[in-house]
Amino acid sequence: MVSIVLIGLFLLIQAVPSLLVDNINFFTSPEWSTGDVANLRFGIRDLLVVTILSSLVALVIAMPVAMGIALFLTHYLPPRVARPFAYVIDLLAAVPSIVFGLWGAKVLGPALEPLATFLNTKLSWFPLFSGNNVSLAGGGNIFTAGIVLSIMILPIITAVSREVFQQTPVMQIEGALALGATRWEMVRTTVLPFGRSGYIAGSMLGLGRALGETVAVLLILRSSPLPSSFSVFDGGYTFASKIASAAPEFSEPLSTGAYIAAGLVLFVFTFAVNALARYVAGRGKAKAS
Amino acid sequence: MKIQRHGAVLGLVAAGALLLSACGSDNNAPAGGNTTSNAASKVECGGKAKLKASGSSAQANAMTRFVTAYESACDGQSLDYNSNGSGAGVKEFIGKQTDFGGSDSVLNAEKKETDDAAKRCDGAPAWNLPAVFGPIAITYNVPGADGLALDAATIAKIFSGAVTTWNDPAIAALNSGKTLPADKIVVVFRSDESGTTDNFQKYLEAASKGTWTKGVGKAFNGGVGEGAKGNEQTSAAVKNTKGAITYNEWSFAKSNKLQIAKIINSGGGEPVELSTASAGKSIEGVKIKGTGNDLILDLKSIYATETPGAYPLVLAAYEIVCSKYTDAEVGKAVKAFLTVAVTDGQKGLEDAGYSPVPASFQEKLLTAIKAIA
Repeated sequence: MVSIVLIGLFLLIQAVPSLLVDNINFFTSPEWSTGDVANLRFGIRDLLVVTILSSLVALVIAMPVAMGIALFLTHYLPPRVARPFAYVIDLLAAVPSIVFGLWGAKVLGPALEPLATFLNTKLSWFPLFSGNNVSLAGGGNIFTAGIVLSIMILPIITAVSREVFQQTPVMQIEGALALGATRWEMVRTTVLPFGRSGYIAGSMLGLGRALGETVAVLLILRSSPLPSSFSVFDGGYTFASKIASAAPEFSEPLSTGAYIAAGLVLFVFTFAVNALARYVAGRGKAKAS
Repeated sequence: MKIQRHGAVLGLVAAGALLLSACGSDNNAPAGGNTTSNAASKVECGGKAKLKASGSSAQANAMTRFVTAYESACDGQSLDYNSNGSGAGVKEFIGKQTDFGGSDSVLNAEKKETDDAAKRCDGAPAWNLPAVFGPIAITYNVPGADGLALDAATIAKIFSGAVTTWNDPAIAALNSGKTLPADKIVVVFRSDESGTTDNFQKYLEAASKGTWTKGVGKAFNGGVGEGAKGNEQTSAAVKNTKGAITYNEWSFAKSNKLQIAKIINSGGGEPVELSTASAGKSIEGVKIKGTGNDLILDLKSIYATETPGAYPLVLAAYEIVCSKYTDAEVGKAVKAFLTVAVTDGQKGLEDAGYSPVPASFQEKLLTAIKAIA
């Protein structure tokens, strides 16, 4: 607790001097130029957009898949078979994120081009699919990053959901089955309502990881001189990747402060997500007892 | 004793590895053993046993080779180079934390760096000695169009978005007989601040006859394309993306086997292929702006070279030293190190993607190094 407060305090103290001399709106401007200390212009709009979009793509993909895997492992497979499967999923968490990044940038990104082109041209009526400020050919966009992130957060959501689904009271399960429910009906009427809050809390933990992921995103996303067009086929930086990309050049305290200000926003944001997860999990517990 | 020596070498290798990973632009192992004992005898070894230097990451790979050569030429002597960026290199030199600094650009008089450096040297002026030259390659990915010829004006148009397809008349005019696809050009640039970008833009400004209007600086100003981090990512992006073009340090172009454009220099004439010889030719013709032994280069004379067969896009990295060290021991060691660096150290430098200093320029460097006290 103390360390969190201290970290927050450190971020705040370092960020404030830079924020005071920022010449444009910190929250709504997409511009980021900190080269000239006398004329700092930095805003986090695009960082926020890219961070949220990539994490959302990751969640949209990972949440259903994780739920499917967790249900399959806990209520369909015999435990003897389920254990090695669960182990394999957990192993995904052991892959270093830089490996995911390299794979995403070199293999997945170029391979996704046909799909990305299809979505970008044929389904452009959907706002998140229209427009792109980096080339589709390179695959260095939020779409690719989101898919890689979804794989990275899959194990954490699966693990939490599995544990929760396992805890479903046997009485309820047997009751449902005795009433003539099929296995799927049993899952729908007992396991899912019981495990919902744990599942959501697990997803929030995954979201926290996706928000803060650095190296993989940095390697995958290409940056663009154009501002974000609010499309998943944009490139750009997330908070974490922006800070990491500039870290070797931190020499002036004022321009460093600009990045620390971005870090502060990410800190608060992740904090809020985790608090939300705690709240959801806590509420679920209260209901169950 | 023997074990200690091994320990020292091991430590150096580890330090070297750290250095390389820090600058993130390595693709070669430190090569040793290319020093002849004959050449080594010319060096007056001695002085401070372990020098410290820091700065530009563009010359980190060359430094690793210099250190290896220095160690085999001067028994028991060594140098620690920390590639933490040009800015830090100058700062730490002025702050007396290092014995000399490495930088992509010379000391800036307007920022008082020249004065501060003289103060650090207790009144003796600091000298900028360009000991490392690295050609920048224009790399691209257009299957079936090897050896594309480009001139500065066309490159400027591509990197500022005025030319957007590969079969644009501007490119076709320079490449008669080649079939160029109608694909879109994907411009890839360095998203991090880098001396490579700075030199590339300076080249465009000096040689494009006014076509490049976006200015210079460590950040790319072209306003088109997509950024990737570091030489590794930009070269990988070109490799993976059809129709892409970027600028890379030579070593990355070679190791990724990318297509490298020939450049038509300001003299017009035949397109020049990037090679040690063609880069050396433009270094030979460089004019010096500095006075005396302060070898500040007039980079415009490289960028806008008109010599037939000279490759104009060459980056110079400087060693910033005191002309007179208060501590004579340090001066002696710096002198020995730099002597080795510009003689034995230059051997095989092209394998690391640099261009060895040509003989005529080497003489100038040696004269300056000899004058260090």
